[in-house]
Amino acid sequence: MDTINLIIDNKPIVVKKGTTILEAASSIGVQVPTLCHMKLDDLNIENKPGGCRVCVVEVEGRRNLAPACCTDVHEGMVVNSHSIRAINARRTVMELILSDHPADCLICAKSGDCELQDMAQQLGIRKIHYPGEQSHYREDTSPAIIREIDKCIMCRRCEMMCNEVQTVGVLSAINRGFDSVVSPAFEMNLDHSECTYCGQCVAVCPTGALTEVDDTGKVIRALSDPAKTVIVQTAPAVRAALGEEFEMEPGTLVTGKLVSALRRLRFDHVFDTDFAADLTIMEEGTELLNRLGKHLAGDKDVKLPILTSCCPAWVKFFEHQFPEMKEIPSTARSPQQMFGSIAKTYFAEKLGVERENLVVVSIMPCVAKKYECGRDEFKVNGNPDVDHVITTRELAALIKLSNIDFKTLPNEDFDNPLGESTGAGVIFGTTGGVIEAAVRTAYEIHTKKELPRLDFDELRGMDGIREATIDFDGLPIKIGIAHGLGNARKLLEDIQAGKSEFHAIEIMSCPGGCIGGGGQPYHHGNAEILKKRQMAIYQEDKNKTLRKSHENPHIIKLYEEFLGEPMSEKAHHLLHTEYFDRTE
Amino acid sequence: MTDTKKQIRIALRNCGLIDPEQIEDYIAQDGYFALGKCLTEYTQDQTIAEIKESGLRGRGGGGFPTGLKWEITKNVEADQKFVVCNADEGDPGAFMDRSILEGDPHSVLEAMAICGYCIGADKGLIYIRAEYPLAIERLKIAIKQAREFGLLGNDILGTGFNFDIELRYGAGAFVCGEETALIHSMEGLRGEPTFKPPFPSVSGYMGKPTNVNNVETFASVPVIINKGAGWFNKIGTEKSKGTKVFALAGKINNVGLVEVPMGTTLREVVYDIGGGIVNGKEFKSVQTGGPSGGCLTKDFLDTPIDYDNLVAAGSMMGSGGMIVMDEDDCMVSIAKFYLEFTLEESCGKCTPCRIGNKRLHEILEKITEGNGTEEDIDRLKVLSNVIKDTSLCGLGQSSPNPVLSTIANFEDEYLAHVKDGKCPAGQCKSLLRYDIIEDLCTGCTLCFRNCPVGAITGERRAPHFIDQSLCIKCGVCFEKCKFDAITLT
Repeated sequence: MDTINLIIDNKPIVVKKGTTILEAASSIGVQVPTLCHMKLDDLNIENKPGGCRVCVVEVEGRRNLAPACCTDVHEGMVVNSHSIRAINARRTVMELILSDHPADCLICAKSGDCELQDMAQQLGIRKIHYPGEQSHYREDTSPAIIREIDKCIMCRRCEMMCNEVQTVGVLSAINRGFDSVVSPAFEMNLDHSECTYCGQCVAVCPTGALTEVDDTGKVIRALSDPAKTVIVQTAPAVRAALGEEFEMEPGTLVTGKLVSALRRLRFDHVFDTDFAADLTIMEEGTELLNRLGKHLAGDKDVKLPILTSCCPAWVKFFEHQFPEMKEIPSTARSPQQMFGSIAKTYFAEKLGVERENLVVVSIMPCVAKKYECGRDEFKVNGNPDVDHVITTRELAALIKLSNIDFKTLPNEDFDNPLGESTGAGVIFGTTGGVIEAAVRTAYEIHTKKELPRLDFDELRGMDGIREATIDFDGLPIKIGIAHGLGNARKLLEDIQAGKSEFHAIEIMSCPGGCIGGGGQPYHHGNAEILKKRQMAIYQEDKNKTLRKSHENPHIIKLYEEFLGEPMSEKAHHLLHTEYFDRTE
Repeated sequence: MTDTKKQIRIALRNCGLIDPEQIEDYIAQDGYFALGKCLTEYTQDQTIAEIKESGLRGRGGGGFPTGLKWEITKNVEADQKFVVCNADEGDPGAFMDRSILEGDPHSVLEAMAICGYCIGADKGLIYIRAEYPLAIERLKIAIKQAREFGLLGNDILGTGFNFDIELRYGAGAFVCGEETALIHSMEGLRGEPTFKPPFPSVSGYMGKPTNVNNVETFASVPVIINKGAGWFNKIGTEKSKGTKVFALAGKINNVGLVEVPMGTTLREVVYDIGGGIVNGKEFKSVQTGGPSGGCLTKDFLDTPIDYDNLVAAGSMMGSGGMIVMDEDDCMVSIAKFYLEFTLEESCGKCTPCRIGNKRLHEILEKITEGNGTEEDIDRLKVLSNVIKDTSLCGLGQSSPNPVLSTIANFEDEYLAHVKDGKCPAGQCKSLLRYDIIEDLCTGCTLCFRNCPVGAITGERRAPHFIDQSLCIKCGVCFEKCKFDAITLT
């Protein structure tokens, strides 16, 4: 029998076998409250430890209450989701959670966007009947993530992301009973661990226990320093999500308003990381073709596949986990760092501003970018190429703080020269985008022919691992794509085992790519939001007149005036990097 | 004196009689005959039928019918299955399993092999506490000898049946006695339970069907096969067959392990076998089922012990802890004591057990310190019931039992604490009060000189006085006074 008949809240329904009470209830509009449970449909990500016990419902004939999130329905089941017994238990459980949670909502970073706060309201908790001792843990600050673990409610979502999705394995429950908490092993600090700063723990934390380091203060101080010229770059995925912070529909493109807001914040020049993404394609695409050319010429030493290197969490991941393969990824720096490097050389020269007086701020969907800009190899005499990184969420906070009514802002255009970009640069924001952009350029350079089409649907989508073969005019190029570090690990293990047949692999740490980054507006487990952001990114690409990186006139000019050609010595010095074995 | 006639030794049949380090001793007691009989005379189904017919139920506490468990595991199709022996005995004061493993390790090995034959497993694992070094040593010796005798390993007794056993060590977490937590611990994961279903019989160790039984359950199996289900099921009550080993402890004259037929009354265990209460004091309560069992009053002394009767009485069989309390025990403190254990041993995964038990403990502390109210008793009841109703695993679902059963059976004691500010058993220090009877005090200053906190004042040869706000209730003055001038209320 493949279907199950049951009754939920007096309504008979028929559902498929293997459905949970939660799913069955949801299908008839009964929204059983949940806290620890989180499911990202289509991304194969689900957290259901059955630990919070908020979703308990009464099942006739059952001895105890059933957690709706992990109890499968059975034939003839009669469920009451809001019996007095269920409501009393649910509210008591909620009171218990709150009794061990700081009541500092008014000044909490997560206030207004907190699932625990929402649940307390939904359940109408007005008094804690069981007050008592509260747990206290040391606050842990790293370059990117703050752990304020007094606020942890043991939902274990972060742990699931860190271990199952990302296979990084830094976070897990430690201690027992009332002292249980999620932490790196031996309560070490995050920055001593193998944390990649991907920020997926932050992205799914229902409370304020895990947040990004707040760098808005540094940006405000830079902006109010008359001695400094402050320029800003904004990553592709930001424009597809920022609107959500201002109650706009997910997937609304706000590029023009974003530029406008940044000008009102008094940035001296408003630029686009997409420009640097185009530059990345020139370097990385050329590197791919070089390696491929040598491979085809029979060079046995050449390393293939080439792996993308735009994502700082991915870079840190392989430095920790696969250091013996550190020669395989492209040496190209990430777009953020290429931007910083060009800004503090080429553009600083153009402005006639000393490097030390030019402040480069990045708006990123990512918390790992905060860590990346502090890496020593991206500094000149101690001065970083990128000074400050704030996330999409921090930018929204800054806009609100600066009395800007975002929704009514006019649309404005980026400044030049570092604000011009093609559609290829835009799609860096989603899984599959970097490699599609690379294909558009590498194809034309390699074949010296115009691409017959610009949309490569075979590279798009949300499957964790995708592969496609692109015909480079008779030369089949095998491409792999992974998003989520667990998926990346699978492809890396294939390479290690000599089983990989790919020529190039794109890897992004976050599920969905940068649109699902750890610095983006919280999705609260709604995968539809990620899909809408992805659609918006592809729409922005379609809207562009220029859609191939090598056709960006300012990129062409940059090479003419400054860099020479891709992979030139100067380009190597400014736009490429090296990787380190972090296992020692 | 102990009335040994009331005991029947089945699980403990060989303990103390054989040299556990000599397999020949075990064989001489019909050891491994049952395995041979199963492999050569019985089909898998016949063996399972025999165990089902015997009525043997899980001795670890759950009381699930053993034969049925084996049958379920057998009926799951899989390329690999496991037999797991749960030797993570964690109840404070309990050592039934340790005694069996130390005194008769082969009985467990033999039963595991029989179980492996029945369910189609060629691998057995014993999850044992690392704190049981002697048991571990004896098991290692027993496994080695059994292999040498061809009773473990490949082609056992020439029948083509392969079965071998390995040890896995636990770090002594109580919750790892819960079978899913035990399996996670064996897999190298954090020892915490997961939601059932899936049950281990469907998806257990390494995701494979796994039959988990407790030491005592396994120890009963060979003798059932040898003597027949009909022999075994004549012992005991209608729904609980055979015998149960209890670890008798507390205010009782004969402490230690006893094995009695199911259906023996608590009175027989406490008085006839246990020899009654120490110092002729009055029996107050018996707590069965380990730290999360209930405390029963003298009204239950004639209850025949079996799984269902104990649950009906508000307690449980558990793995066989039995602690006797007398008139000097404060039942509020007893509830607090047991909760302290659960607090330490909760894995912290689910909210009600992690935070709820902590709050129960805090309320009990408040009561024993003399700051409780009648409302606190209601809160204890409500919260206990929610914890039972919502906790993820058996540990949390049963952890409030000591609280609920003491409130149900000794509510007057709780009321005395919160209403009268008195601990009837005189155990809650904060509720004690020492006073000097003016008429009897000679002013000898002995109490004054011995009081460690200077709470006593008074002139020589004049009545002394205790400052209650300074008194730490140490009782030194009470002991020292030669004139019985100090009262304790």
